[in-house]
Amino acid sequence: MSEIRALIVDDSSVMRKIVERTLRQAGLDSLVVHEAGSGTEGLDVLRTETVDLILSDINMPSMDGLEFLRQIRAQNLAPGVPVVMITTESSEEHVKQAIQSGAQGYIRKPFTSEQVKERVLPLVHVA
Amino acid sequence: MSLNGVRTAPLVRMRQASGSEGDGAMAVSLRESVEQVSDPRNLDSSVDEVFQMMLGVNCRRESVAADTRQSASVTAVVGFGGLLSGACVFRSGQEAALEIAAHLTGMEFAEIDDTVKDAIGEICNMLAGAWKGKVPELAANCGLSVPAVITGSDYDLRVQAPEFQLHHLYRFEESSFSVTIVCDGLQ
Repeated sequence: MSEIRALIVDDSSVMRKIVERTLRQAGLDSLVVHEAGSGTEGLDVLRTETVDLILSDINMPSMDGLEFLRQIRAQNLAPGVPVVMITTESSEEHVKQAIQSGAQGYIRKPFTSEQVKERVLPLVHVA
Repeated sequence: MSLNGVRTAPLVRMRQASGSEGDGAMAVSLRESVEQVSDPRNLDSSVDEVFQMMLGVNCRRESVAADTRQSASVTAVVGFGGLLSGACVFRSGQEAALEIAAHLTGMEFAEIDDTVKDAIGEICNMLAGAWKGKVPELAANCGLSVPAVITGSDYDLRVQAPEFQLHHLYRFEESSFSVTIVCDGLQ
């Protein structure tokens, strides 16, 4: 399997590690992870690194996940790179806002590795 | 139960956010659904969901007579804002906090360090999110704060005249913890 470079954005370092572990459990063995603790940090990473996949929380201090997503698109950072929101927010409104802002996937916390496998792997052409 | 108008809230808010507020915007209220919002089964199923999916353990609810609040040394709080204001409060002793963090992260901990606090904050965050997600109107019209984690036991949490309060004690393996939902305002 070719290497997958992922950016994981979450204000919780524990949750970033859990997302990384879950991606590996889901089958992404050749994973290179960049981490960011906020949307602002995530944008900084995208200015210097090339990634194949972005996973982001929504509720974060400084810059939340939806604004992060809008800024990625507005600044044309990571064009064509799939973004998956992983969040405790589960309302239809949040899902719609995320999709309208350019997200390709939405996973609600708590989650299983099966859910991650089903919703993330097809986006990086690993099924 | 009829919740006239509540289901339109997400669309109304999205129209407002996009600057095209519709004339048909309807008042949203959770007052009529207080019984559904305060249903204690929602809290139990939220705890089951979070602990089974994220920690791989089953919890059982215990009598509050066995409450360990006095010896709680780790407390996490996630605030609710919007149509419902209040908080989700997670409390446990040190051993339970270490065990929960170990299950969540796959690491071993000897003391309450920043990673353990982060883990307990995330557990509380997921509990709060899962609980409000049980009622669609609540999920759509109630926001969550980022978690705050307090260590120590020499404090008292008091809310004047709450609308309702759920306080449940749970046990998994040899550890116990409590989860409290306090609602101090319901629109």
